[in-house]
Amino acid sequence: MEKRSVVIIGGGPAGLAAAVAAKENGCDDVLILERDSDVGGILQQCIHAGFGLHIFGEELTGPEYAARFHAQVDELGIEYKCDTMVLSISQDRVVTAVNSKDGILTIQAGAIVLAMGCRERSRGAVGIGGTRPAGVYTAGTAQRFVNIEGYMPGKKVVILGSGDIGLIMARRMTLEGAEVKMVLEVMPYSGGLKRNIVQCLNDFGIPLRLSHTVVEVRGRERVEGVVIAQVDEKRRPIPETFEYVPCDTLLLSVGLIPENELSAAADIPINPITNGPFVDQSMMTRCEGIFACGNVVHVHDLVDFVTIESRLAGRGAAKYALGQRTDGAHTLDVKPGFGVRYVVPSTIDPAALSYDEKFLFRVSDVFTDMELEVKVDGNVVYHKRVPQAAPGEMESVQITRQLAEKLVGQTVEIGLRPAK
Amino acid sequence: MQYDVIVIGSGVTGAMTAYQLSQYQLRVCVVDKRLEPAAETSSANSGIVHAGYDAKPGSNKARLNVRGNAYMEDVCRKLDVPFKRIGSLVLAFSDEEAKTVEQLYQSGVKNGVPGLRVIDANELYELEPNVQPNAVCALYAPSAGIVCPYELTTAALEVACAAGAEYLREAEVTDIQKTEDGFTVTAGGQTLTASVVVNAAGLYADHIARMVGDDRFTITPRKGEYILFEKSMGKTVGHVVFQTPAGGSKGVLVSPTVDGNLYIGPNANVVEHKDDTSTTWQGLEEIKTCAAKSVAKLDMRLAITNFAGLRATPSTGDFIIDSPVPGFINAAGIESPGLSAAPAIAEEVVGLVRASGRVTMTEREDWTGTREPVKRFREMTDAERAELVQENPAYGRIICRCETVTEQEIRDAIRRPAGARSVDGVKRRTRSGMGKCQGGFCGPRVVDILAEELGCEPTEITKFGGASYMLTGKTR
Repeated sequence: MEKRSVVIIGGGPAGLAAAVAAKENGCDDVLILERDSDVGGILQQCIHAGFGLHIFGEELTGPEYAARFHAQVDELGIEYKCDTMVLSISQDRVVTAVNSKDGILTIQAGAIVLAMGCRERSRGAVGIGGTRPAGVYTAGTAQRFVNIEGYMPGKKVVILGSGDIGLIMARRMTLEGAEVKMVLEVMPYSGGLKRNIVQCLNDFGIPLRLSHTVVEVRGRERVEGVVIAQVDEKRRPIPETFEYVPCDTLLLSVGLIPENELSAAADIPINPITNGPFVDQSMMTRCEGIFACGNVVHVHDLVDFVTIESRLAGRGAAKYALGQRTDGAHTLDVKPGFGVRYVVPSTIDPAALSYDEKFLFRVSDVFTDMELEVKVDGNVVYHKRVPQAAPGEMESVQITRQLAEKLVGQTVEIGLRPAK
Repeated sequence: MQYDVIVIGSGVTGAMTAYQLSQYQLRVCVVDKRLEPAAETSSANSGIVHAGYDAKPGSNKARLNVRGNAYMEDVCRKLDVPFKRIGSLVLAFSDEEAKTVEQLYQSGVKNGVPGLRVIDANELYELEPNVQPNAVCALYAPSAGIVCPYELTTAALEVACAAGAEYLREAEVTDIQKTEDGFTVTAGGQTLTASVVVNAAGLYADHIARMVGDDRFTITPRKGEYILFEKSMGKTVGHVVFQTPAGGSKGVLVSPTVDGNLYIGPNANVVEHKDDTSTTWQGLEEIKTCAAKSVAKLDMRLAITNFAGLRATPSTGDFIIDSPVPGFINAAGIESPGLSAAPAIAEEVVGLVRASGRVTMTEREDWTGTREPVKRFREMTDAERAELVQENPAYGRIICRCETVTEQEIRDAIRRPAGARSVDGVKRRTRSGMGKCQGGFCGPRVVDILAEELGCEPTEITKFGGASYMLTGKTR
């Protein structure tokens, strides 16, 4: 069986950054396995600008951002195999994959980094009824058709979901000559970044209808229209508000789900809130030597944060593979408190920090004038003012040396409380 | 064109009839108004091979269900179609329902259902720990099974076509004229002649019968809605779990599919239009509520799709398998248990073809009735996979990530006799797009492969024929 110190599953932004970090931390035989025909992941179809402000201090397109990491991978001589699908992994870190050239690959890895990203929720998962004609696509599929294949999936478009991909596609379809009639959002607030609402909807006069959903698709062969409705506070459609909107396409941007089929099949414990593996401060899952980073752990808004997180995973994996890992002497549980849905990481060993780590979390509702508190066993060790927070924007607390020194106890809790 | 037999309809009844006719040296043509086989009722049903206890003793349904069930295992083996005899349970939650279970048992005994018995609550919970804890007893039918209805249909049609049958797609029959020794059939603008015509037109069998003056029955579309769950839910139950029937339907059930998913449904509502396969918000709520009576643990976030099918319900209440006009044979009103009965229905239809005396039934010496085995990468061992990729590298390129379907499997599905011509056609033959992401990743790639194989532009590729185009044009 072939042996590698670190095998990285997925050559998107997470996998590329992890590979670079693993190599820089002393592993010479890193291998990236990528299922698409090139590395770069979903960034390849994100041809809009807005990537890299945090990492590079400039605005790049998705392919440009990916190209910077691709170049580093090439410079460092890191091997990658494209068109290669990982079929299974085991807890003792055997990776089985397939491609056209090698056939079945079986590799014993010193450490594995899971970087498979996420997939989009589909129509069935949100329970939209009606007919099943052509013309219902997830926003990401439409993005691939337009930006990679050069084809239009429709001309008169309704978009359900105001997540970032939905907003980006509202603009993209408009620029390609389609008529985007409206963007509907079932929640009373948008799931996307504020700047995307301004730049993708407001600038083009595309209406955003909050607390609205699609209840029915109509049309026999191709979509002919959708029935939309306002929803009540429990997100149930209100029958008196049903309204027919003619269109030939319905695009769905109704959420992303970390793709953890491989992780689940290997019995890696998964957090039911994020749908991603529980990880520690170095992004190691609860299976020894198996690390995870990027959207496979939790869905990010900004690729820059994926990069930061993935560097930790790559470094952690390298240390593990080289037998240098010292983490775990004293570990605290990290838990969400009031107003916080989840926190990554879920455990932390303050002695093993490099101070690049962050507590990353999402709030559970729209909040204004709040105080964010980090508590250790009930005592506040850090707080900061949060004027505004929404579930659509990931929040973070940098774990400085100063903060780390205060993490002495059993449990860290991150929560909100109204500001005084 | 002159044929011995024209079969109208490529649902499971028509396909199974063509399959059984293909053992004779006959010129057979299957015509269908849709682009793909199993495009209507045969693509959207429960996929159950019923044991046969609930049809009225002495009816065609009762007789052909029990016989079809007995044939199914052998037919599926020959056609290389997965079939699992997992057994079914009818749950009773009250003493009154227990009486219904007892009645079903009695009619099952009369119908000749093998192995049928009433089990107590203890045995039930040993068999199905996830059903609601308040059941008092259940009817256990070990002979019930599950099969993929469109795969069975496609496979049967494929064998018929491999043996020389023709398949005329998107050719709606608009007229049938009796001639001296046969019929002239107008289908999709073409004029075909045949000695014998088989009416397996499903929902439209009444229209077809009227074309030869048979107006004894009508077909009413009765809709059933379903919710399908991802494979992680597939082991919620191990049997087909029914509730006691009410109002002429077998009731909402919870069952694994032969491919390892779980589904709930169907409800039963008469609808006006024979093409109304829309799901409704109210209907989906109805089946969720009903299914929860059987099994509490149904996480709706793990649903991957919902769909609806139409039962071709005959005004006579029973399958209509007869010859109202010499040479014209009805296989009409094939609602449930039509899938279970299909091999037996086809056998009777072939008997009527023979009895018509209009064609010579000479057996083909080389006919085995077996389908060239389908290569299914996801079901292979790593050693088998390695060998396959070496033989053809396109088996090493995964197109559908959720269901692990390779490029070559998709090409095979297009190239096989009566092969795929649309995205849904590929999906039903390979499972590409059947997984959690519902074609989100593989959709654009499947469009590309179809266009390449069929020698056309991606903009000409449809979801299921007609004007169901996937794309509306090129970008600027």
